[in-house]
Amino acid sequence: MAREFLKGNVAMAEAAVRVGLEAYFGYPITPQTEALEHMSARMPELGRTFVQAESEVAAINMVYGAACAGVRVMSSSSSPGISLMMEGISYISGTEVPAVLVNVMRGGPGLGNIAPSQADYNQAVHGGGHGDYNLIVLAPSTVQETIDLMVLAFDLAEKYRMVTMILTDGSIGQMMEPAELPEMRPVIRKDWDWATNGAIGREHRILSSIYINPPLEEETNLRLMRTWQKVQANEVRFKEYYLDDAEFVVIGFGTAGRVALSAVRAARAQGIKVGLFRPVSLNPFPYAMIDELANKASAFLVVEMNTGQMLEDIRLAVRGRIPVEFYARLGGIVPFPDEVLSEIQRVATTKLTTDLHPRDAWLARFTAQSER
Amino acid sequence: MPAKGWIEVSDMYCKGCELCINACPQKVLQLDMDRLTPKGFHPAHLYKDGCTGCAICALVCPDAAITVYREVTKKPVIAAGGA
Amino acid sequence: MTNLATPENMVYSRPESLTAVHNHYCPGCTHGIAHRLIAEVLDEMNIRDHTIGVAPVGCSVFAYNYFNCDFVEAAHGRAPAMATGIKRVLPDRVVFTYQGDGDLASIGMAEIMHAAARGENITVVFINNAIYGMTGGQMAPTTLPGQKTTSSPKGRDVEVAGYPIRMAEILANMDGAGYIVRRSLHDPKNIRMAKKAIHTAFETQIRGLGFSMVELLSTCPTNWGITPLESLTWLEDHMIPVYPLGDYKVSEHLAAVKL
Repeated sequence: MAREFLKGNVAMAEAAVRVGLEAYFGYPITPQTEALEHMSARMPELGRTFVQAESEVAAINMVYGAACAGVRVMSSSSSPGISLMMEGISYISGTEVPAVLVNVMRGGPGLGNIAPSQADYNQAVHGGGHGDYNLIVLAPSTVQETIDLMVLAFDLAEKYRMVTMILTDGSIGQMMEPAELPEMRPVIRKDWDWATNGAIGREHRILSSIYINPPLEEETNLRLMRTWQKVQANEVRFKEYYLDDAEFVVIGFGTAGRVALSAVRAARAQGIKVGLFRPVSLNPFPYAMIDELANKASAFLVVEMNTGQMLEDIRLAVRGRIPVEFYARLGGIVPFPDEVLSEIQRVATTKLTTDLHPRDAWLARFTAQSER
Repeated sequence: MPAKGWIEVSDMYCKGCELCINACPQKVLQLDMDRLTPKGFHPAHLYKDGCTGCAICALVCPDAAITVYREVTKKPVIAAGGA
Repeated sequence: MTNLATPENMVYSRPESLTAVHNHYCPGCTHGIAHRLIAEVLDEMNIRDHTIGVAPVGCSVFAYNYFNCDFVEAAHGRAPAMATGIKRVLPDRVVFTYQGDGDLASIGMAEIMHAAARGENITVVFINNAIYGMTGGQMAPTTLPGQKTTSSPKGRDVEVAGYPIRMAEILANMDGAGYIVRRSLHDPKNIRMAKKAIHTAFETQIRGLGFSMVELLSTCPTNWGITPLESLTWLEDHMIPVYPLGDYKVSEHLAAVKL
């Protein structure tokens, strides 16, 4: 197919439509409402299901129902709406049925604002709903990557019978870029052996997240863990730039990673041996790769649009071997490449210590700078 | 002449709640105080004649524990050629 | 007389749509009657194998163990949303929810209102026993003024806790609703009428005539603190005056159909 000029949210929605999405249930919330609106026109046009639910609470439960029926189903929302979906996400995970969700992150906490943010990393990666479960979390940094990861998300959700979440932000959701959508695929209803779609010619099935007998619940939790181990072994994804001879490695995902790439290129032009590692799968997290990089580089610089959430996962992988520096913008502010470039220059030329927690060190620098 | 009926109350399901005993128009049901179901309830049972197979007991039973039988009385068939 | 127990003489037996499982409901609890009626209707309409039920949270949380059809378990109050998700993608299946007064009228109030407003072609069986059973007898949105519960120990004080909610009346106001009725399970005549209503409700769904709900006044002997038989009388004496039985909405298309 040809490249078109596409808005992130619209591309996200249309990509799902192209790969056989049968049902979309959602609720308006900035900055992702274009997805809902696109679906409200496209899905009925194709004879598929669209419902604007009364809330995100209702939407996620409609997703849960359709997922139990064994069809490709998704919802999209933004931070406060995703919080409302946490109960439903826990239930869907406990019932082990596939579904795709998109969080177009915005500034928070609370109502916050409608500007881009990465502050829901912990909610997505370290479990926002109750109980022991995992989501596959994928973070695009361009409109094209959003399309590609949406296509992948449905396959992964079905392969492992779990929820896959695309963790993106308002910047990528709103921007327009040239990108290519996949060809339209026909809707294929797979004959799952678990779906509750009417017991015609077979024994009836039950889909529930209740395991009232603790040993059976333990068995379920173990099963979820073992599935997760398979995901960890097979579904780690990341992008590397200029890492072959890199002395310093910048690490960032999504928009932060994208901005950092510009800064890394500018730094390279100035002769600094710096590279970028951009995790694409946030869960499963590329611990092994970070671990390996920590043996080669002399320092990391983590750039995030939050107060250092992925930072902790990086530090876990580094185990104190090298300094891990941190730079952040918060509350819906997107860093500029020149900010990240200054940071790279600082990391490359300053004697770094591991005394202070990188977050505290960043806050001190940031405060000092604002006071100037 | 009233119909003749018979009921069977399943030990697997009956909880001795007495709804059937109360509802039976013929008052032919009682709890069997001489025995217990595996779950420890005194089940309901017919304790005297008079069941008409009306199935009101089954209608009120919350556990679908009752099977109802009613004697099928055939009307006399008049021979084709008249008698 | 046991020679009467022959297949030809059998006039009633346990419905096929109930599984061969001893249920956990208290002795005399009318949940059992409601389950049995639904199962009888599924049998008589021959729709068991393309019916999907949605279980609530409440005493009937394990409803999925008692029916011989596909069943899913919803989060508390969310059954109408889950049923929407299923029915929209499987429109030729029969989808019903089975919900108590907390599930439907408290935490699930938004979901039931909007499912009715959207005219979802689902059927809701609403068990109203004026109390929260599963959690040990707390006040429900349908608890009567003055009624003692574990969270209204001196009796429901309307000044503080407000008034009971009449769901059948409220939902009947929705243009998307096709069949909204209130029946009771306290005596044979009303049980027969309740069964007919459940049948009509499923017909409403099958004919695409909108949202259908049968509210069933039910007993909770354990948490009301009286015997099963006393509960039947309590329901008749106290609940029916507050929750009048009747047909609150019957689609004109439905009224024309001979059932």
